[in-house]
Amino acid sequence: MTATTAASAAYIVAALLFILSLAGLSKHETARAGNVFGMAGMAVALVATVGLAARSISGAGAVLLAVAVVIGAAIGLWRARRVEMTGMPELIAALHSFVGLAAVLVGWNGYLSVEARADEQTEVAGNLLGIHSAEVVIGVFIGAVTFTGSIVAFLKLSGRIRSNPLMLPAHNALNLGALVVFAVLTVVFVIEPSLPLLTAVTVLALALGWHLVASIGGGDMPVVVSMLNSYSGWAAAASGFLLGNDLLIITGALVGSSGAYLSYIMCTAMNRSFLSVIAGGFGNEGAAAVDRDYGEHTEISADEVAELLMDARSVVITPGYGMAVAQAQGAVAELTRHLRDRGVTVRFGIHPVAGRLPGHMNVLLAEARVPYDIVLEMDEINDELADTEIVLVIGANDTVNPAATEDPTSPIAGMPVLRVWEADQVIVFKRSMSAGYAGVQNPLFFRDNSRMLFGDARERVEDIVKALPKPDREAAGPALQH
Amino acid sequence: MKIGVPAESRSAETRVAATPTTVAALVALGYEVLLETGAGQASSFPDEAYARSGAAIGTASEAWQADVVLRVNAPSAEEIGLLRDGATLIGQLSPALQPELVDALALRPITALAVDAVPRISRAQSMDVLSSMANIAGYRAVIEAAHTFGRFFTGQVTAAGKVSPAKVLVAGAGVAGLAAIGAASSLGAIVRATDVRPEVAEQVRSLGGEYVAVPTGETEVSSDGYAREMGEDFNRRAGLMYAEQARDVDIIITTALIPGRPAPLLITKEMVASMRPGSVVVDMAAAQGGNVAGSVPDEIVVTDNGVSIIGYTDLPGRLPAQASQLYGTNLVSLLKLLTPAKDGHLVLDFDDVVQRTITVVRAGEKTWPPPPVQVSAAPVTATAPTMEPQPKAPPPPSRKFVVVGIAAAALFLITGFSPNQLIGHFTVFALAVVVGYYVIGHVHHALHTPLMSVTNAISGIIVVGALLQIGHGEPVVTALATIAILLASVNVFGGFAVTRRMLAMFTRGPGQ
Repeated sequence: MTATTAASAAYIVAALLFILSLAGLSKHETARAGNVFGMAGMAVALVATVGLAARSISGAGAVLLAVAVVIGAAIGLWRARRVEMTGMPELIAALHSFVGLAAVLVGWNGYLSVEARADEQTEVAGNLLGIHSAEVVIGVFIGAVTFTGSIVAFLKLSGRIRSNPLMLPAHNALNLGALVVFAVLTVVFVIEPSLPLLTAVTVLALALGWHLVASIGGGDMPVVVSMLNSYSGWAAAASGFLLGNDLLIITGALVGSSGAYLSYIMCTAMNRSFLSVIAGGFGNEGAAAVDRDYGEHTEISADEVAELLMDARSVVITPGYGMAVAQAQGAVAELTRHLRDRGVTVRFGIHPVAGRLPGHMNVLLAEARVPYDIVLEMDEINDELADTEIVLVIGANDTVNPAATEDPTSPIAGMPVLRVWEADQVIVFKRSMSAGYAGVQNPLFFRDNSRMLFGDARERVEDIVKALPKPDREAAGPALQH
Repeated sequence: MKIGVPAESRSAETRVAATPTTVAALVALGYEVLLETGAGQASSFPDEAYARSGAAIGTASEAWQADVVLRVNAPSAEEIGLLRDGATLIGQLSPALQPELVDALALRPITALAVDAVPRISRAQSMDVLSSMANIAGYRAVIEAAHTFGRFFTGQVTAAGKVSPAKVLVAGAGVAGLAAIGAASSLGAIVRATDVRPEVAEQVRSLGGEYVAVPTGETEVSSDGYAREMGEDFNRRAGLMYAEQARDVDIIITTALIPGRPAPLLITKEMVASMRPGSVVVDMAAAQGGNVAGSVPDEIVVTDNGVSIIGYTDLPGRLPAQASQLYGTNLVSLLKLLTPAKDGHLVLDFDDVVQRTITVVRAGEKTWPPPPVQVSAAPVTATAPTMEPQPKAPPPPSRKFVVVGIAAAALFLITGFSPNQLIGHFTVFALAVVVGYYVIGHVHHALHTPLMSVTNAISGIIVVGALLQIGHGEPVVTALATIAILLASVNVFGGFAVTRRMLAMFTRGPGQ
């Protein structure tokens, strides 16, 4: 066994551990084990690679390597410990940009150490040089798109720039043109590699990534984030081709296809094609419907809601991004505990695109210690909403809009939604009567069985909890054990 | 302003346009309410109950002289004369079926609102008297059928032998039909329902019924004259289905109405003749011409073969107290809309589509028919066999094969022209993509965020690439590689740590 075969063996082990890791994450019971498998795989891969590199590395290089890993690890662990769960989308977007940038740097290094020294280099045989050049360009391109795309996503998610879609004239033509130019540049680079060309490709890709995400609005962020996740995987895979490293290829492909699949789930949930999300501009054409007269909405006070909840037997809570903005998950969890102590069946209905990240609501509720087995997804809860007495809509709007099923002219027509209006009574927590992300007014608010509770979601939920009488410890009986 | 509620003059009418509960709501809107003495008697609401809710009790002429008059039925010619100038009359005026009534109303300087013309938009549901009456009528139709039918609805096994359950067919699954399905199945009958709209099948099943679709035609229809032949062909197939069901079931309840047109004939004389003696047919459309051959409005007809055809047109009025309550509540919802300031002053806003649509006469000026309303997807209460819209054809399965074929050919060409080394990498890449897809395919929705953060950490594997590039002489390469390692390390450590933190938060509920 030589060092090279040992490293290859380690890579296979690491790749399998990564597959086990992803498989483990598909269920709550095995998720933690999955994470451990992932860490083990990464450790194996790193040790093997360092061992392989150590044979030829210079002393200064070794020191730099150690310093870079230590600093990187310190920053990563620090952010991971400090991040608020409501800030998860930003963190994940930022991490994606790092992978993108790293892929760009690896690609550039590939060029600098091979094509730039075409006469003296020995790494790549002459007849494979063209392939190597193509790999460099593709790797740099995907990496750069991921990099700027993720940065824009990060800025939008953290509210540093406005999340409205940027609508340049002919934005589709711009995207398409960029791809064509990229193809042409790739061919030219393969024939005659040069530094200015590589720079041109990099700049082009950076601009494309920026424009691509800038023209997508805040409400589509779950798709964008998982799409960028996918891109970061493909970037890693491209680097794998460049370096002839199977571990990078396998891992990149795993991440790439998983991100693509998640994006697909999100798009199905919005009844839209992946391309239309990427092309952006959703909701800008649909503003015509806003003027329509929907009648009057009826307000309700927190005390009245508390009274309703006291008499209810079944309650469903459907949270949306507004709950994250108001940081109301703790108060919601508190309310849930109170109601469950009183013997009320409380469940949560989560729309697949609620929040700004796939599964965002679940993480927030988990953070507030809401048991995950009462948190159901849309398809699981939709048929039971008709038998539900009270639905609390907390910071959700488009995902509970009846216009999606009833008004074929609505911009969100056909999007699967939570059919909350089938319940006996719907309480909508909202800041004001403004329209949702899609710019579509929500007829739900004007229904006879809807009541509006205006104000900050967290304060209102806390008011309700205060208005509930203290649970009768004796009568509550077995429900007390938690 | 003063609201007057006169007693209903139509014979056998038991309903009244206001109940003690709705009177209180009207008073809260700022109105004075005056009730003709004894108006609520047939609905079991005594005058004292109204008085307690704040209504004054007066004579018929006092009630008719009010500013706003609430009625269940359309007024007679004399009653129109009793209205004062400038009064507003609200009631079920069926303007589409009684143009002469509309003309008679327009001769007086009054305003007339037809509550049975409320557009079927979701905002107006609370004022939709047709729905609330149809609901009661559907229930009562089953009760009338059960009363006339000389057998149990539910099946039983007794010491004296087995009793088989009754079979009920409900034609038309609108509000009335669905109410009938629910009532009949809760009495234990086997309930089937038909409707030309296949999308109601789910609603039928939700109430315990079985949906019977009109069988689709086997023959290909030529493209010219398509629509007409389709309609005839559809009606013929629907007829066959009804004939088959009529031989099998014990009770048929028909609810098919087309707004503004005579009811369609669904059950022919031959179908009635094919039913077993003792069977019952309830024709809920008898007042509009009938869905059943031989039905007579307001009567029970027994045919030669012993089938009873019930043609009652007053089914809602047979549950008077609740019919009045629901009707009255619909009127309160309407008056809420008409009294925006809640100050007892009725304001008619012609920019509002609901108010425009129900107004048949405004200050002596005929305003019927109104401009058409863009109705939402809500279907009409009951429907008749009409032409079915052709569903959009799904893309042919061959397209999928074409796409897969092109992709395979492209992959083949790319790989075929690649050097050996690259082919190995391609193999690994392709298999890994497939594995990734299947591994992720069944992820629980709640774990999407941890999954993303763990894949994110794993994609930090790019650090391997940078590690292999560092420290090989070239200072620029080493510098760039160092930065790449740093960035990727943030990912690797941060990603796994944050996933760990998230997963620790997911807890299962107790006792599950």
